[in-house]
Amino acid sequence: MLEVKGLRKVYRSGRREVEALRDLTFTVAEGELVCLVGPSGCGKTTLLRCIAGLLEPTSGEVTVGDKSGLAIVFQEYGRSLFPWLTVRDNVDLPLRQKKVARARRRELVAEALTAVGLDGTESAYPWQLSGGMQQRVAIARAVAYEPSILLMDEPFAAVDAQTRADLEDLVRSLWQRLGVTILFVTHDIDEAVYLGQRVLMLSASPTVVQDELAVDLPAERDQLHTRADPRFAALRTRVYAQIQAAKARTGTASGAAGELSSADR
Amino acid sequence: MTGVLRRLLLIVGLPAALIVTWYAASANSENFYAPPLRQILAAFADTWTPERLRADVLPSLARLGAGYLLAGLIGIAAGVAIGASPRLRAAAEPVLEFFRAVPPPVLVPVIMLFAGIGNGMKVIVIVSGCVWPVLLNTVEGVRSTDSVLSDTTRAYGITGVARLRHLLLPAASPRIVAGLRQALSIAIILMVISEMFAASNGLGFTIVQFQRSFAIPEMWSGIILLGLLGFGLSELFRLAEHFALAWYHGLRDAQRRS
Repeated sequence: MLEVKGLRKVYRSGRREVEALRDLTFTVAEGELVCLVGPSGCGKTTLLRCIAGLLEPTSGEVTVGDKSGLAIVFQEYGRSLFPWLTVRDNVDLPLRQKKVARARRRELVAEALTAVGLDGTESAYPWQLSGGMQQRVAIARAVAYEPSILLMDEPFAAVDAQTRADLEDLVRSLWQRLGVTILFVTHDIDEAVYLGQRVLMLSASPTVVQDELAVDLPAERDQLHTRADPRFAALRTRVYAQIQAAKARTGTASGAAGELSSADR
Repeated sequence: MTGVLRRLLLIVGLPAALIVTWYAASANSENFYAPPLRQILAAFADTWTPERLRADVLPSLARLGAGYLLAGLIGIAAGVAIGASPRLRAAAEPVLEFFRAVPPPVLVPVIMLFAGIGNGMKVIVIVSGCVWPVLLNTVEGVRSTDSVLSDTTRAYGITGVARLRHLLLPAASPRIVAGLRQALSIAIILMVISEMFAASNGLGFTIVQFQRSFAIPEMWSGIILLGLLGFGLSELFRLAEHFALAWYHGLRDAQRRS
């Protein structure tokens, strides 16, 4: 589970200060799948980096149920896998670092690769696989780690639409079968509504949680029927309206903050 | 089959043509300094006997190996330290570029002053020349480690020594190998030069001795041996690189295709 309380992040460069995150408070309960959407440049990445411990927040706190149990999947699959390691070793390395026993590691790696549909690619190198498959490896690595929370930072923004639909269904099914807690960041409203149990909408920078929406769609979702469901349309319209409202309220600071947070990566 | 034959012909063709040309052109040479190749080859067989190889080539290779290895270790260690710390890098980079620009052979007399004329001096000379390409390439390699990969490693709690072993060194390895390749040819040059200044054995020493005693065919045979040695070492290096960096070449090919 994850608890974010009064999170604030101010970037300083010289005398210039840019407030990227103003005051963020939310929780993700054990076993929940929460999607975060917001206008571009709203500091989604900054937020995720603060949660992952890659960035020190200016104030506020982040509590992760079990600190060692945090896994992350980045958008840039091609740059987040170790090109000198095989698929198996890529999944295995974090487990070795976590000091999981060898036999258990072998089990976890095999299970995770099966779960994402990558049986038989253990000995391949990531660069021998397609983009979608590489992202599956990154997901397998995260799942094998048995995290108390899985962070996904726009993981499907760089794959083609077909692959994207498959991967969305994969995340839903992994979440249902393995009971992982997932915080899924996206800029795609449809994706957020399709995947999440709950959607958190962020304001433009300096960022606060603008609104929150429980997605009351049936648990069994599929690309064809769910997306055609009138309830789906109603929900996405609501999220869309909120995001538009957030954009309209944008001061001049938001652009600069967005720039800074992306330059910081 | 014919494909293999053609490739073999392509590889051996030019060297064979050059040897034949040299052989034919020098066959009736009266020039004392450019004796016929026939004579040089005969001298080669007579000069480089197993005892000679043991007495002169082996010490040279040992010094080369020691100096090269040491330069590699120092270069990689210092390079990782400097590459991983922006502050250290800003402070050290201009100095490093300066040292790199100093031609190592001019240091030989200076190094002789404090290191004497023994094996230690020769190893120091080799290290002083070889360490720079390794060091500067390692710095660059570590510095350009992918930021997303670096974040991934940190997010999974891979820090400290594990980070060095699983991230920084492999990520920098293509650059490190490039530095080591440059260093290899420098090492051979410095091995010979250090032996020419002051030595009682070694390849460089022997070649200079032949030259001073007007044993010209023997001198040429020594030069040929040096060439063969350099060729052999660089082939060995290529083989090692082929295995160590197989992932890197694969990755580059994949990126080129897409």
